[in-house]
Amino acid sequence: MSTLHTHTRQFDARALREEFPILQRLVRGGKPLIYLDSAATSQKPAAVIQALEDFYRTTNANIHRGVYELSEAATLAYDQARAKVARLINAPDPRECIFVRNTTEAINLVAQSWGRANLGPGDIVVLSLLEHHSNIVPWQLIARERGAELRYIDIDESGRLLLEQLDEYLASGRVKLVSATHVSNALGTITPVAEIVERAHAAGAVVLVDGAQSVPHLPVDVQALGVDFYAFSGHKMLGPMGIGVLYGRRELLEAMPPFLGGGDMIRTVTLEESTWADLPAKFEAGTPSVADAVALGVAVDYLQRLSMPAIRQHEMELVRYALARLDEIPGVTLYGPVGEDRSGVVSFTLGDVHPHDIAGILDSEGIAIRAGHHCAQPLMRRLGVVATARASVYLYNTEEDIDRLVDALLIVRQLFNIED
Amino acid sequence: MSDLYREHILDHYRNPRNYGTLEPHDRSFEDSNPLCGDRVRIDLRLDNGTIADIAFSGRGCAISQASASILTEMVKGQSLDFVKALTADDLLDELGIPISPARRKCALLSLKVLKAAAYGLNEWPE
Repeated sequence: MSTLHTHTRQFDARALREEFPILQRLVRGGKPLIYLDSAATSQKPAAVIQALEDFYRTTNANIHRGVYELSEAATLAYDQARAKVARLINAPDPRECIFVRNTTEAINLVAQSWGRANLGPGDIVVLSLLEHHSNIVPWQLIARERGAELRYIDIDESGRLLLEQLDEYLASGRVKLVSATHVSNALGTITPVAEIVERAHAAGAVVLVDGAQSVPHLPVDVQALGVDFYAFSGHKMLGPMGIGVLYGRRELLEAMPPFLGGGDMIRTVTLEESTWADLPAKFEAGTPSVADAVALGVAVDYLQRLSMPAIRQHEMELVRYALARLDEIPGVTLYGPVGEDRSGVVSFTLGDVHPHDIAGILDSEGIAIRAGHHCAQPLMRRLGVVATARASVYLYNTEEDIDRLVDALLIVRQLFNIED
Repeated sequence: MSDLYREHILDHYRNPRNYGTLEPHDRSFEDSNPLCGDRVRIDLRLDNGTIADIAFSGRGCAISQASASILTEMVKGQSLDFVKALTADDLLDELGIPISPARRKCALLSLKVLKAAAYGLNEWPE
């Protein structure tokens, strides 16, 4: 284990697999698990699983309260995890990183807090057709309540955003917020976030970015992107379920009313009213998922040790391979852009076979993929399909996984008599 | 190979029995699984409380469509009371494949539609 060779060493996904206990198990009567659904949730390395156990075995206590050793240690571990997350996305100050349950909760926090305080009748919130339901429904709820309107940026045939439409919306002078995904969970499109931010800011609009599919897979720098809010989930980036992050620029967070009320988020409470704690506590009412946050910090360490550019490079090579191999199969239709602006998500259909049947047959071969509308029904309608099958890769996937996928798709073709 | 996609299931999917619509019909009902887009319509022609003719149409996954095809064969010539007494297990037994919880809705959509038709519903009550 000479560190001298660190720079030249190839990204070794096969060796990394050994660190993921679940990838060692067999499924469906003895078949090795081929996990190609990391866009839904990632698997966890032993170090992250161990961190959860260690916290409960050695450090468990409530935070910010006790004056005893355990509580101090738990508080310190929680704050250190926040600092790690902040460094990963280059947030200027860890206090701008609020721990939440997941991306969905982060977006709802902004919609309910910032939205209720800043949206009024006639104001416009711009979304895109690439959005996951979690970046649509919270805005429908608050827009209805506040009398605001929603607009959607359309896509071209390859699944790229039509930014000129954003300009049209912005020209109305009524756009208060643009909320768009960084990476489409259904198509893998990487959107031009910096450009969206530049245009939106020039028109005086605030920008939230759904980073659920980007932070696990790409280098993300919230300052370079210029975003106002950035939301992501721990469970898609090797961390536990139940912990996520909302990054928000300090001026915005400080001006916003609380989202949830309760313990830990107050400075003083009288029978009539309360005053709020400083950031980040103001937005973290109640006992948080301390162990999950700490384990997320360990996941961040793991990602940074490999380096995000190296992970990105590995996934790009895999996706290039997957697209080429799938394209060889007669009857396969691929969705999403072909080029550098694509993540490790491959959406496809095969003849007229329903994607659930594709996934069902793949499952019997030990291969886990997602089939369905990917919580993006408006996008599926726009593409003119009921559903697609989706294979998504991560740092532990290899070309052999793609080969197994292709072999199984050939079985599907045979079973369903797909014409060449 | 896949237990779920045994030959008789694929056969019913590729060559569905009693496929189409009946005009005129005495009963008709249609429903879908919003999550996966499976859709099944069943038309009935009745004669003294028995199913003189039945047809189904729809689209969706092989499990949902094969299940509808098999169901039409199960109930053709049977009484409406027979249909009302049919259980999910009766249909699942007839399918003869291991249905996971995730695919149950696909397999049972046709039964849900047939029951509604048997009870003379035009749409689901609020």
